[in-house]
Amino acid sequence: MNARHWIALVLMCAAVIGSFTYLAIDVRALFSVEAAAQMWNYFARFFPPDFSADYLAQAWRGTLETIAISGVGTVLAAACGMLIALPACGRFGPVARIVSRFVLNFLRSIPELVWAALMVFAVGLGPFAGTLALALHTTGVIGRLFAETLENAPPEPALALQLAGAHPAAAFFYGTLPNVIAQFVAYTLYRWEINIRMAAILGVVGAGGLGQMLYMSLSLFQQAQAMTIILAMLLLVVIVDAASAALRARME
Amino acid sequence: MARDPAALPRFVLTALIVVLLIPGFKLTEFEPGVLFDTRNRETIGRFLGTFFPLALSADFLQLVIKSTIETLAIATAGMALALAIAAPLSLLVTRSLSISRIGPGPGLWSGRVLRTPVRLALMLCRSVPEIVWALLFVRAVGLGPTAGVLAIGITYGGMLGKVYAEIFESGDTRPTVALLESGSGHLPAFLYGMLPVALPEIVSYSVYRWECAIRASVIMGFVGAGGLGMQMELSMRMLSGGEVSTMLLVFLLLVMLADGISAALRRVIE
Amino acid sequence: MSVNLDRVSLVHPNGHRALAGVSLKVDAGECVAVIGPSGAGKTSLLRVIATALRPSGGVVQTLGVDPWALDRRALRRLRARIGMVHQAPPIPLRQRVVTAVLGGRLGSWPLWKSLASLAYPADIDGARAMLGRMEIADKLFERCDRLSGGQLQRVGVARVLYQQPDLLLTDEPVSAVDPALSDRVIGELSREAQARGVTLIASLHAVDLALHWFPRIVGVRAGEIAFDLPPDQVSDDMLRELYASESAVVPTQMGEKNSALALRRKPLCS
Repeated sequence: MNARHWIALVLMCAAVIGSFTYLAIDVRALFSVEAAAQMWNYFARFFPPDFSADYLAQAWRGTLETIAISGVGTVLAAACGMLIALPACGRFGPVARIVSRFVLNFLRSIPELVWAALMVFAVGLGPFAGTLALALHTTGVIGRLFAETLENAPPEPALALQLAGAHPAAAFFYGTLPNVIAQFVAYTLYRWEINIRMAAILGVVGAGGLGQMLYMSLSLFQQAQAMTIILAMLLLVVIVDAASAALRARME
Repeated sequence: MARDPAALPRFVLTALIVVLLIPGFKLTEFEPGVLFDTRNRETIGRFLGTFFPLALSADFLQLVIKSTIETLAIATAGMALALAIAAPLSLLVTRSLSISRIGPGPGLWSGRVLRTPVRLALMLCRSVPEIVWALLFVRAVGLGPTAGVLAIGITYGGMLGKVYAEIFESGDTRPTVALLESGSGHLPAFLYGMLPVALPEIVSYSVYRWECAIRASVIMGFVGAGGLGMQMELSMRMLSGGEVSTMLLVFLLLVMLADGISAALRRVIE
Repeated sequence: MSVNLDRVSLVHPNGHRALAGVSLKVDAGECVAVIGPSGAGKTSLLRVIATALRPSGGVVQTLGVDPWALDRRALRRLRARIGMVHQAPPIPLRQRVVTAVLGGRLGSWPLWKSLASLAYPADIDGARAMLGRMEIADKLFERCDRLSGGQLQRVGVARVLYQQPDLLLTDEPVSAVDPALSDRVIGELSREAQARGVTLIASLHAVDLALHWFPRIVGVRAGEIAFDLPPDQVSDDMLRELYASESAVVPTQMGEKNSALALRRKPLCS
């Protein structure tokens, strides 16, 4: 541990103490017996969860809506991402490249939830806002990956086809695309997996799916139903993880 | 006339995707027309129009800076809490400190009995998304940064606990094993055997997680957990596009700043 | 006149002088073999004729026109009449053989047809016929990465055959194909050129193939034409001098030193 390490350590400790002080969090009050009892009372009302057939059916519908949001959003993102990736990899000149790269960076820098809040204002509450939010953010992510893959793809096949008189678009489809499409599909599926998790929580700002159901049940102090939704979210993640692991194993 | 053997599987796959997308579009209430509806258009137009110019009044900038510092504080305090949770739990969970795995003797089952529920608890903490925790804590302790700190503390405590345990297991365990074999207790074996080996990676990962915590703090603000996110949500509700633009810009700058600080800290560890 | 190079020189961007004042006239329907050591400029020569490279000096005329005086569309139409077999087949490996072969006619198909053929191949029988001439018709629906090097080269040749160009250029098209099969492939190319009355210019590494199948041999060395003669006038000494920079061995399919007399067989292309 040299001097620099000690300085860093001191700074970090100062930052932690400063943070707690700034936030004026009364740590002792937070962990006092009364606070603990209050929180226990609050969390106790979440059990037992509402397992009535009626609500389970609603939770099921919410899960389907969540999956639909993630699926449609990802498909739209793959299409738009591909379109924007073409100028972004430099095929249409340096100006188009800079502009499209800026657009992609803008789309992906803003977190999905912020997009969701913005979309709720654009199109109202509901799953459409969530779908648009995922589509916008994921377009930035996928588009950038597509652009980099296209830039690194070997140019010889397309050039050879153009040398034989092919239209540049045909040369792209026959010469460049086959080399990259497998990677595109794999990455899109990977993003879909991530987006399912995202779609579940976007709803807390009103963008549909399980998240919106959770927010509503908490607002109405229906903790038992809220617990059901949380369990549904967990179950969804577990199943998606297992399914994707199984799929990956089969592809090997 | 020969037939393409790949034609049928391709067709079936395409048909399947289309068939699945149709109810998908219905379920998501996909209506691009809504974006161009006259009623909405005016609201959207007004909203979009207010995005520029950016709100740059001295009062507002002061508010933004306050919120940003609050976000940084939430992330830092949250990480401290996460560390306090993760440190002891990771020691309990890691198999490197398990005496029972070195050789026969007492403690084989008690070790497992202790590790499994702790592992499960850690998994539960991090499987529930931090924003759900934030939502719950806002209802439990009220609006404001406390809910954010608690949410990050629990979620990231779960993440750090698991990763720390893995770091302990993946490093060079020989010094630790040697100490345990010569009769040392768990804690001394950890402090003298494990910690020196694992410390660089632990610090590096924790600093990287701190960066993520900053982003998470902003996002949690949207459900009332304080910081920049909460201000952004307020501005959106008041349709003050200029304020939202400013805060988005500040958010992007904040992310860059956090990236810089974390890179510098990780260089110090080298 | 099909091809006319008038004191063409080519200097690569890195300063390497590939061609120095080369003059060459090839009439329509002629079959010409280009031989020479590695790095002599054979590939550069072919690429200049193919309009892939623009000469640094001198004038090139391909199929009777100066390609660099044409506008984009006219150049594309000209290129559709030129078929080049590359030494390393420029075929994306994940593509299927049928699609790779059909790619030969992209220059003459309308864009919609090219794209539609990706969904379902537009001319399976035509592709199969070409592959049959290259003795790999059974690989029609295989993926190109399942083929050996020699098989892939033959797919490249099949693609150019399918293109049915007016000018056939081949750059060491059988370097990875076994000798007996190479002989049949070159024979197939020269038969194709004769049957359709089109020009064939082939650069070959194996001198015996050149001397056997072609009525005109052009020796290239260090970016210049060393000789331009019918095969019966190509002497042992000339060949030795041509390949002096490589070993003293004149490359043949068998890789052994053979006298020019033994290499010469009755040419079939007249």
